[in-house]
Amino acid sequence: MSIHAPLTVTGGKLVLPDGRIEAGNIRCEGGFITAIGDVSPQAGDIVHQAGGKLVTPGLVDVAVFSIDKPAFHFGGVTRAALMPDQDPPLDVPARVRFAAQSGKPDFWVHPLAAATKNLEGDSLAEIALMRDAGARAVATGRSWIRDSGTMLRLLQYAGMLDMVVVTHAEDSGLVGKAVATAGEMATRLGLPSAPAEAEALAIARDIALAELAGAKIHFRKVTTAAGVDLVRRAKDRGAKVTAGVSPAYFMLSDLALANFRTFAHLSPPLRSEADRKAVIAAIADGTIDMIGSGHDPRGPEDKRLPYADSAPGMAGSETLLPLTMTLVRDGVISMNRAFDLLAGNPAKLLGVNAGCLAEGKEADIAVIDPDRPWIVDSDEMAAAAGNTPFDKQPVQGRVLALFKGGMAVKAKKPAF
Amino acid sequence: MTSPEFTYPEGSAAFPHRGLVGIAGLAPHEIMFLLDEAQQWVELNRHAQKRRDLLSGLTIINAFFENSTRTLLSFEIAGKRLGADVVNMAVATSSVKKGETLIDTAMTLNSMRADAIAIRHGSSGAVQLIADKVDCPVINAGDGQHEHPTQALLDALTIRQAKRAFNGLRVTICGDILHSRVARSNILCLTSLGAEVRVCAPPALMPADIERMNVQVFHDFDAALRNADVVMMLRLQLERMQGQFIPSPREYRHLYGLSLERLAKAESNALVMHPGPMNRGIEIDSNVADLVDRSMITTQVEMGVAIRMACLDVLTRKARGLEGWA
Repeated sequence: MSIHAPLTVTGGKLVLPDGRIEAGNIRCEGGFITAIGDVSPQAGDIVHQAGGKLVTPGLVDVAVFSIDKPAFHFGGVTRAALMPDQDPPLDVPARVRFAAQSGKPDFWVHPLAAATKNLEGDSLAEIALMRDAGARAVATGRSWIRDSGTMLRLLQYAGMLDMVVVTHAEDSGLVGKAVATAGEMATRLGLPSAPAEAEALAIARDIALAELAGAKIHFRKVTTAAGVDLVRRAKDRGAKVTAGVSPAYFMLSDLALANFRTFAHLSPPLRSEADRKAVIAAIADGTIDMIGSGHDPRGPEDKRLPYADSAPGMAGSETLLPLTMTLVRDGVISMNRAFDLLAGNPAKLLGVNAGCLAEGKEADIAVIDPDRPWIVDSDEMAAAAGNTPFDKQPVQGRVLALFKGGMAVKAKKPAF
Repeated sequence: MTSPEFTYPEGSAAFPHRGLVGIAGLAPHEIMFLLDEAQQWVELNRHAQKRRDLLSGLTIINAFFENSTRTLLSFEIAGKRLGADVVNMAVATSSVKKGETLIDTAMTLNSMRADAIAIRHGSSGAVQLIADKVDCPVINAGDGQHEHPTQALLDALTIRQAKRAFNGLRVTICGDILHSRVARSNILCLTSLGAEVRVCAPPALMPADIERMNVQVFHDFDAALRNADVVMMLRLQLERMQGQFIPSPREYRHLYGLSLERLAKAESNALVMHPGPMNRGIEIDSNVADLVDRSMITTQVEMGVAIRMACLDVLTRKARGLEGWA
């Protein structure tokens, strides 16, 4: 039970789960939303004037690699699913339990249990014990499980526990040590590359195995035309498949690798322009269910290296909202759908009582100006490191206020 | 001494680049300028008195993070013939590959006030990374699978010596294209100068979308050789291959080895080239490599010194305060 005063957010435009955006107020008590719409603050309430801006659910960032509260709070993120690729990995209950408690009270971490011991892809980890310690799903980590027998048993076991398996979709045999997608850019730069089909092969196998096991599977990042098409067809026939993506894959193509920019070194690697457009189409038609940042801040020791020697990953939580807003402005998706992608659907994936503005939900709320312009600056980010391929890019969309469980979150670092 | 085929812009406008990281980004007339500049050094190098003290007092560092014999020696001789103080820094790759060390090394070299640095590194883009950090001109002596610009220039000079012009010349490059920085730089250089370039390799050793680099792709070596004016063989880089790319060197030779019989499919006066070191009996037979009138392999080595002298001269003109370059 929360002991802080109730909160009423007034004068905002509420982004509601039924698709409406309506002027109204929202009242929270005991950490939960208790009333929405034509409600007034009561005596003793903390009142926040939204000033006509959007009032939205706090973002739920799926599959981040680091708990980086300043960056999350800047980006309007109130919860994040933490990938098991930690040092040491989240493959035992004690580490999962510790991770689950690590962000509270103003940020909640939902650990994803390592599917296999030490994330090596060989032996199943103690998934049920980790579930009871707070794990919200099972994840294969940064890599794909090469052995199809192991993957099938994982899906069967996770299915029995009603846990979704979050997987990385790249056939490791094809990928090898590739750092780029095979194509003109990789060829010109002389970078080790793998065909984009590595993704489709992994997705095809894992969908087949998930259907065989009757299990739920989530592809963390689907980044190719062939990949989204496989997911689309699987959904059409009723498979329990969901898909995610990060903004880099609908904003950038492999042209961003020019001059060996290691900030554009991601996993999976950036794809062709045709794939980028296919991802946008898949977001528009509902094939892709959620957009996460994959937040992975990395400093110069990981990035100021020759391209192939640098570590993949980007700091993403600060740019997650504004980059998704570009899809709204371009007419690809509605504003409500944007928050389904950023909050509602990720909350459903994790099975948490948040992600939308409805009575009874936990009071994770953001006040957002979707049009406010700003310029991404890798030197001035709230994140632990500024490794973003969007450096110096103008964007629109800023979080003005953030509430976790009905309590105002105080950003530790002022906005730039 | 020089015999330019056409006139160039005055002073530094003829070659306005700070360093030589790759052939990519060079205009055709800039390539030709370097070839013409090198021509004078070819002639000088054939005399008993080979030394010109143009770079007297300058320090040239050859920082080789990857093993090399001929390229390092070529850069060293080039620097010394121009009167520079040449320092060779051979660094084991393992000790500098990770972390800040490469940048640190660059900063160290910079602090030592080198006047030019030639760098070889096993990772694509490493030379660009260093070039961005240092004040002096940087010459790429080969970076990963990316570029080896001085090799392409020396190959072009070799071809020009024998064939005079590039326009319409049919050049077949055969071998491990995937892992070859020599192939990439040569493709850029020769297509820029108007040659018709064919690349030939088994599919596993052919990079994706290479036809976008304005080349014709072949998997059949005999077809690729037809009417070729130049046959450029590449070394099978077994050390760069992770996983199996070809069934065996013996089978590779069967399909892609340059024998006398195969060479007969090319033009009767076709040149044979190889950047070395050669795997004799695999990608090239000894009796082809040693053809006195056709094999350019030793000429390539000779042109290498001249090209590197030209690069060192041109890239240090600004530091030396030459009129029009300062």
